Amino acid sequence: MANTMTLISSVTVGADGASSIDFTSIPSTYTDLLLKVSVRSNNASVLDTLGINFNGSSANYTMRNLLNEGGTPASYTQTAYASQNATGYQSGATATASTFGNTELYFPNYAGSNNKSVSVDSVSENNASAGWLWLGADLWSQTAAINRITLLCAGGTNSFVQYSTAYLYGIKNS
Amino acid sequence: MAAGSTYTPIATTTLGSAQASYTFSSISGSYTDIILVINGTASATIHCQLQFNSDTNTNYSNTYLLGNGSNALSARDTSLTAMYLDTNGFTVDQSMGVWSIMNYANTTTYKTMVGRYSSSTRSAEAIVGLWRSTAAINSIKVLTTSSTLATGTTLTLYGIAAA
Repeated sequence: MANTMTLISSVTVGADGASSIDFTSIPSTYTDLLLKVSVRSNNASVLDTLGINFNGSSANYTMRNLLNEGGTPASYTQTAYASQNATGYQSGATATASTFGNTELYFPNYAGSNNKSVSVDSVSENNASAGWLWLGADLWSQTAAINRITLLCAGGTNSFVQYSTAYLYGIKNS
Repeated sequence: MAAGSTYTPIATTTLGSAQASYTFSSISGSYTDIILVINGTASATIHCQLQFNSDTNTNYSNTYLLGNGSNALSARDTSLTAMYLDTNGFTVDQSMGVWSIMNYANTTTYKTMVGRYSSSTRSAEAIVGLWRSTAAINSIKVLTTSSTLATGTTLTLYGIAAA
């Protein structure tokens, strides 16, 4: 049988940094998408939030998560950014050097005509006073096929630093 | 990535009508792990569960951790007649889950499931389950605790081979 997990595209951020990581012209020939992200931002903090939007749209995003930083776990519903979904953690500029936040996102039926749900597993660990874990349920309430995925930093105000990577895979059910 | 280690489709269905259960049968034992993906809605808030090899005895248990938007909580259930895939409910809003069943074809150990359920209106949830049987899994029944999964819901089973 054919293997169906296929690399569609990958991005490695260069020395100049990048304000976004953009996967465009995503083909609709797969059933699901799997996006693996390892990123760090220039935000002047130990931590930054990873943002995501689809097809360039700035509306119709909702999210619910479960998170913990080594203390009491908590849960929130999206309120931070109206124009994108908060979809995990990444290391910020004051995190331990060479640490990156890692996030895996699974998109079932991304090219279908239903609203688009996404499963998110995200961590940022830096061998210091805190580490962070985020389990997320994202929703884009649009029936359009996803043909573009854009990753952003904290509402679009910061940049990804060098060596940040993102790999987009396609998975077929036949 | 080694050849053979990627997602191989075993079976898939898109529900043509609302259904309270769906069974993947005659599952090959040729993979190392299997992954179940469900994406869909329900006519009311329901839970999805699994039964393996038509076993309806109290051989299943679960532990889960979830966030419902205001609280984080964890609990467990033992001696169940089916293994939960979610504990906060598929509903009328689009929900999804990805669950892995490890070493499903071995005949020595009990079988473990680990997975994630996601609904932006219900919860983000991590869940593990145990089936206390050493039988190789050759059928998987997805069933609901009440009501039905809606038309258009997709259920897909993938195989992951170590070599």
